Amino acid sequence: MREEHGIEAEGLVRTFKGDIRAVDGIDLTVAPGEIYGFLGPNGAGKSTTVHMLTTLLPPTSGTARVAGYDIVKEGPKVRSAIGAALQEAALDGLLTGREHIRLQTALHGLPRRERPARADELLSRVGLTQAADRKVNGYSGGMKRRLDLALALAHRPAILFLDEPTTGLDPQSRTALWQEVARLAKDDGVTVFLTTQYLEEADVLADRVGIIDHGRIVAEGTPAALKAEIGRPTVEAIPRDGADPAEVARILERFGEPTGASPKGIAVRLERGAQQLAEVVRALDSAGLEVEHLQLHAPSLDDVFLAKTGRSLEGAAEEAEEGQG
Amino acid sequence: MSLAAQIGHIAQRSVVRTLRQPANTVFPIVFPMALLAVTSAGLSAATEIPGFPTDSFLAFFLAFPFIQGALFATMNAGTDLARDVQTGFLNRLALTPMRGAALIAGQLGGIALMGLVQAIFYLSIGLAFGVRLESGVPGAVVLLSLATLIAIAFGALGAFFALRTGSSESVQGLFPLLFVLLFLSSMNLPRELIETDWFRTVATLNPVSYLIEGVRSLIITGWDVQALALAFGIGSAIAVLAIAAAAWALGLRMTRT
Repeated sequence: MREEHGIEAEGLVRTFKGDIRAVDGIDLTVAPGEIYGFLGPNGAGKSTTVHMLTTLLPPTSGTARVAGYDIVKEGPKVRSAIGAALQEAALDGLLTGREHIRLQTALHGLPRRERPARADELLSRVGLTQAADRKVNGYSGGMKRRLDLALALAHRPAILFLDEPTTGLDPQSRTALWQEVARLAKDDGVTVFLTTQYLEEADVLADRVGIIDHGRIVAEGTPAALKAEIGRPTVEAIPRDGADPAEVARILERFGEPTGASPKGIAVRLERGAQQLAEVVRALDSAGLEVEHLQLHAPSLDDVFLAKTGRSLEGAAEEAEEGQG
Repeated sequence: MSLAAQIGHIAQRSVVRTLRQPANTVFPIVFPMALLAVTSAGLSAATEIPGFPTDSFLAFFLAFPFIQGALFATMNAGTDLARDVQTGFLNRLALTPMRGAALIAGQLGGIALMGLVQAIFYLSIGLAFGVRLESGVPGAVVLLSLATLIAIAFGALGAFFALRTGSSESVQGLFPLLFVLLFLSSMNLPRELIETDWFRTVATLNPVSYLIEGVRSLIITGWDVQALALAFGIGSAIAVLAIAAAAWALGLRMTRT
């Protein structure tokens, strides 16, 4: 199923009434078979980008090719090559899971004789065989998301767009969905473009991550490379009552420069990385200083977001919600 | 996949959805029948008015359920389509090779089928209670065709409002307006017997009057070419305009490239 083409976008812009630039010049390339995580807070422009790349929304300017086809000039060809599960599980509560797949496969032109087997295969793959003939109104959030994924796969697309596929799911459902997405990329060679506001999701699932803020990509690379770019890990210690904080700080500063910490904590950025943690523990012990809490903090994608935008991903999400409210 | 096959799948979904919502099947059947029973009993004395075209008020009023049923169809079709916009199901359909025309035609196909079933039910009830169809068996066929056309016309109107507003609440808000049109028509009395001038003028200007009179003519008159031409003409005009408006609204709503 592996395609020769993935996704290529150049200067993609979308403005809405009031000159709101929801997407403000996005350039990106997703290689065939790659899982690309598009990470950003609410209102950053993730869904608008997905709508443009899936041909549901014409761009104001810029170009993009999906599966080798131009998203503006070759919309029907793009749609035949992609599957998409958009932000809300777009389902009809009065139809059963099987009826959804039957409709989807029919509209995609699968031969009539192949449809029942394809429905069984998809329902089994997403673990909905038992619930296949129940109306979707009675499904849990996780079941709806899984059915949504099955529908996106109905016509065996080469490229899959998933717009915040795990938002609102419990941890178990989230993990199950991650496993299925990873399997699709690994075993079937499906290219996955996944938007998320969860750092962990991007970190665990994506081969490469693009961080978007205010309609622009502010950082892009593999999760490891992005984190490495931010720098070394920090170690934070909270002195036990009776231990002199100034003395703890003096010891820690032998291993790196001071950095921000919690109110009671003292933190330094380790000069030689995580392997210095053992030396820190030995030094504190030799000085007879007891600590209540000692934590190694590896750089996260949130640190990357913070470094690139000046605010944390969580804070940016709250900001966006206030803006909407 | 051919356009006809796409229409068939969308129509099938429309019918399944309707059948799975008891309120959408029970009310269009029960409510018009209840009004028919109450009104034909309460206003039976109207047949004594000189010039009243029949001695059976039940036969005279039997045209009413056909129109009221079509109004219910408008609401159901519109509400379903608006819900598709709200839930994003329209986007899901837009990501398939389905043509826009198939969505509207399929939705209307489902409505037409439900409208036809309703019309058969109303006609059967009328015949069971002694109404004699003056136009005979061929008239029944024409009557069912007209009822289906009216259901399609109002259904397309509902589809237009749904696609334009994208809100099922807005579509439901249309219902009282259409109901007023129904009551300000010649549903209770022939226009020439309405004594209040403004009411008679409004009823004459109201296209619903002509739809009712077309249906009624087949029941109580026989073959009234003028009444039928007006009913089919106005019904077709509403259908064509509403379908064009719905297609335009769909184009605005479904902006896929």
